Amino acid sequence: MINNYLLKIDKLNIKFFSDQEIVDAVSDVSISLMAGEILGIVGESGAGKSTIGNAIINLLDGSAEILTGKVLFDHQNLVGLDERAMRIVRGSKIGMIFQDPQTSLNPIMTIGNQLIETIRFTKNFDKKTAQNEAIELLESVGIDNPKLRMKAYPHQFSGGMRQRVVIALALAGDPDLIIADEPTTALDVSVQAQILELIKSLCKKRKVGVIIITHDIGVIANTANSIVVMYDGRVVESGSVQQVISNPRHKYTKSLIAAVPRSDIKLGRFKSIDFIEGNKQNYQRIKLKNHWLGEKLNEKKSKKAISVFQLNKDFLLKKSFWLKNRVHLKAVNNASFEIEKGESFGIVGESGSGKSTIARLIAGLISVDSGSIKIFDQEVVENKKKSEVVNAQKEVQMIFQDPYSSLNPRMRVKDIVAEPIKFYKTASSDHKINEIVSDLLNHVGLGKASMLKFPNQFSGGQRQRISIARALASRPKILICDEPTSSLDVSVQAHILNLLKDLQDELDLTLLFISHDLPVIRQMCDRVAVMRKGEICEINTTENIFKKPKHSYTKELIKLIPRIENIN
Amino acid sequence: MINFVGDPVDMLVNPESLPEEIDRVRKDFGLDQPVHVQYWKFLQGAVTGNLGNSFIFGRPALALIIERFPATLELATCALIIAIVVGLPLGIFAGLNPNSIGTRIIMGGSVLGISIPTFWLGLMMIIVFSVILGWLPVSGRGEMGTFLGIQSSLFTLDGLLHLIMPATNLALFKIAMVIRLARAGTEEVMGFDFIKFTRARGLPPKRIVSFHLLPNILIPIITVLAIEFGTLIAFATVTETIFAWPGLGKLVIEAIINLDRPIVVAYLMFVVTLFLILNLIVDIMYAVLDPRVRIKGEIQ
Repeated sequence: MINNYLLKIDKLNIKFFSDQEIVDAVSDVSISLMAGEILGIVGESGAGKSTIGNAIINLLDGSAEILTGKVLFDHQNLVGLDERAMRIVRGSKIGMIFQDPQTSLNPIMTIGNQLIETIRFTKNFDKKTAQNEAIELLESVGIDNPKLRMKAYPHQFSGGMRQRVVIALALAGDPDLIIADEPTTALDVSVQAQILELIKSLCKKRKVGVIIITHDIGVIANTANSIVVMYDGRVVESGSVQQVISNPRHKYTKSLIAAVPRSDIKLGRFKSIDFIEGNKQNYQRIKLKNHWLGEKLNEKKSKKAISVFQLNKDFLLKKSFWLKNRVHLKAVNNASFEIEKGESFGIVGESGSGKSTIARLIAGLISVDSGSIKIFDQEVVENKKKSEVVNAQKEVQMIFQDPYSSLNPRMRVKDIVAEPIKFYKTASSDHKINEIVSDLLNHVGLGKASMLKFPNQFSGGQRQRISIARALASRPKILICDEPTSSLDVSVQAHILNLLKDLQDELDLTLLFISHDLPVIRQMCDRVAVMRKGEICEINTTENIFKKPKHSYTKELIKLIPRIENIN
Repeated sequence: MINFVGDPVDMLVNPESLPEEIDRVRKDFGLDQPVHVQYWKFLQGAVTGNLGNSFIFGRPALALIIERFPATLELATCALIIAIVVGLPLGIFAGLNPNSIGTRIIMGGSVLGISIPTFWLGLMMIIVFSVILGWLPVSGRGEMGTFLGIQSSLFTLDGLLHLIMPATNLALFKIAMVIRLARAGTEEVMGFDFIKFTRARGLPPKRIVSFHLLPNILIPIITVLAIEFGTLIAFATVTETIFAWPGLGKLVIEAIINLDRPIVVAYLMFVVTLFLILNLIVDIMYAVLDPRVRIKGEIQ
């Protein structure tokens, strides 16, 4: 019954050709989709899921080539269609939504003009009709006052609004199929829920088929009708959402579902994906108790690791000579909290809520406007004695979000890790430093061989391990982790978070953990602060935040977590 | 500084003149005074727009410069237009087709354009096109026409014929530069998501190149070219000398040789002002081209 399908991909094979090697990106993939249906393609990075999306509308990179297989859309094989014929399909038959709304719009053209040109070229309307159509479209994707907004440029919209504009653009040609490549990955939880809801309702209203490509099985669980799970360029499992999630047959699917941090109960450790070959960790851990790392230097008597009192930080948004014309953003507004020694304290909030700013203030990376920060009872704000501040800040180390930009690409791993040791002069000789660095790298699971390599020779997860090793090198008592796993795959995330947990136990570390991901926070933290627009709404134990949230915003956030548990 | 280089009086008087004669000339020009007095007098004049009289022409230096300016402006403008009209399409072509033979030829040509010395090429052009082929006049500005009250050699055929060689000669280096900028910009912008998105939206390639690619690569190119326009005007000296173009460059070279200090000083002041104005224009253009610079703040 091939006739009923809107899209049928049949035994598709795609290879990437580069100078060094030929990679099988997609092997023998068969997928089918009906009109009005939402299909989710799930997999980790490198699974070939985006390649399929690009292959459907023939936008593959130059190095990729479709070797065999068919893409039947409306009984027409799209593989091997020339550019001219393909252009008629693009936009008017198949629309596409990309991951990052920041980069998918032309920054120097009004959104009205971008919409109008799309409508004019896909539907051959005259300018006036196209304009009215554009205004209607903007309204249908939920943008208020669309007539006025037509004249706005992309940078004048927030991320969620911009993604709505992108969706409007994808719908402009009245397509029968929409391919959404990670449509919500760059967005906050609350915005993510809205966008998914919008896609769902548009799918119903316009009877379009939708393919959502994502790495987050939680996103799909509540949106899609059926799921295709991909691993290493192959489809390992497919079926309806209920069947795949509640009764997964393939080992990879099982471990993928298990690896999604749960928001309902707290588990001891993160489940890692054991299916992947070569994921066995067989590095030797050093006995910390009698090692340099475990040496208890000047033992702190204070029970309070960090105490923050009425902290404020403003950012200047609009510069002006006149005081009254300046526009400030209160990034952190009167924040106060205390973190006990050995505790895991989480800060959760959406982007722009000021959570990263707090981390940077405590680490001393940016200056405080007013308020006090004490690290082990040592005031670091407005302290005249520079040496005391340096001494206090030695106890604090930070792990950043993006492991790709937080390591100096021109330094060897050995030197990156050794830098804090040299700065604080905590080791006596170069020989000793070398020994410590090699031990550290062993301990975080990288091995001695990585010492002479450069950061670009490592994957995202391995780089984050280097960051952790570097952070540990000054023997800190406090570790600040600013979204340490948000740019990593679920399986890698599990390993990194487990490593952090182990280290915390072994070294008696205090953890300040910042994340927008509530399930991760639930698993990692003892106590949580919820932030919104620079203010702390609620501080409570993790259990209470998740089970008995008090503040309305907390309730809202908890409600919006995409849950795969709901399906069961 | 300029006062330490040579003695202009030696250049002005006949070497066989009597010492009294030399002293008289020196006194006439005020060159017998100490340096700080001379400088003070210069400053007094500069405030009122008087940069002194040329030693050789005996007329205000600034007036001389302004008189010669249109010729240079004409030459520089033509060179700039040639650079954009030729360089931009070639650069975009090279950026869009990185592996084609055409790109290799264009990029090879641009290396030549950057490395061949202007004066040598100017001389070669004269030999080939004027002396051997006899197609174009050797030098000078040619006949001038008047249009809308502006006098320019652009408005007569003879004037245009005179203009072609010096303008092309002057433009050559800039063409090579525009090609390289446009190619780099094209390669960068074509990799952006929004270009991919325009293709996914079903827009034809012509539209993508002219409405999405071009405005985005123009921003950096215009910034560079506006400053380069300044250098074209200020340092067209070599080309003007070779083609005997009666512009600023020729005037300044002669002034330097003759130690005609007021003209050199006036010229420097003029160039500084020119660059300031061009920088202002760049800033304004930037805001016109890029809405992100124009409006800050976000509509929520």
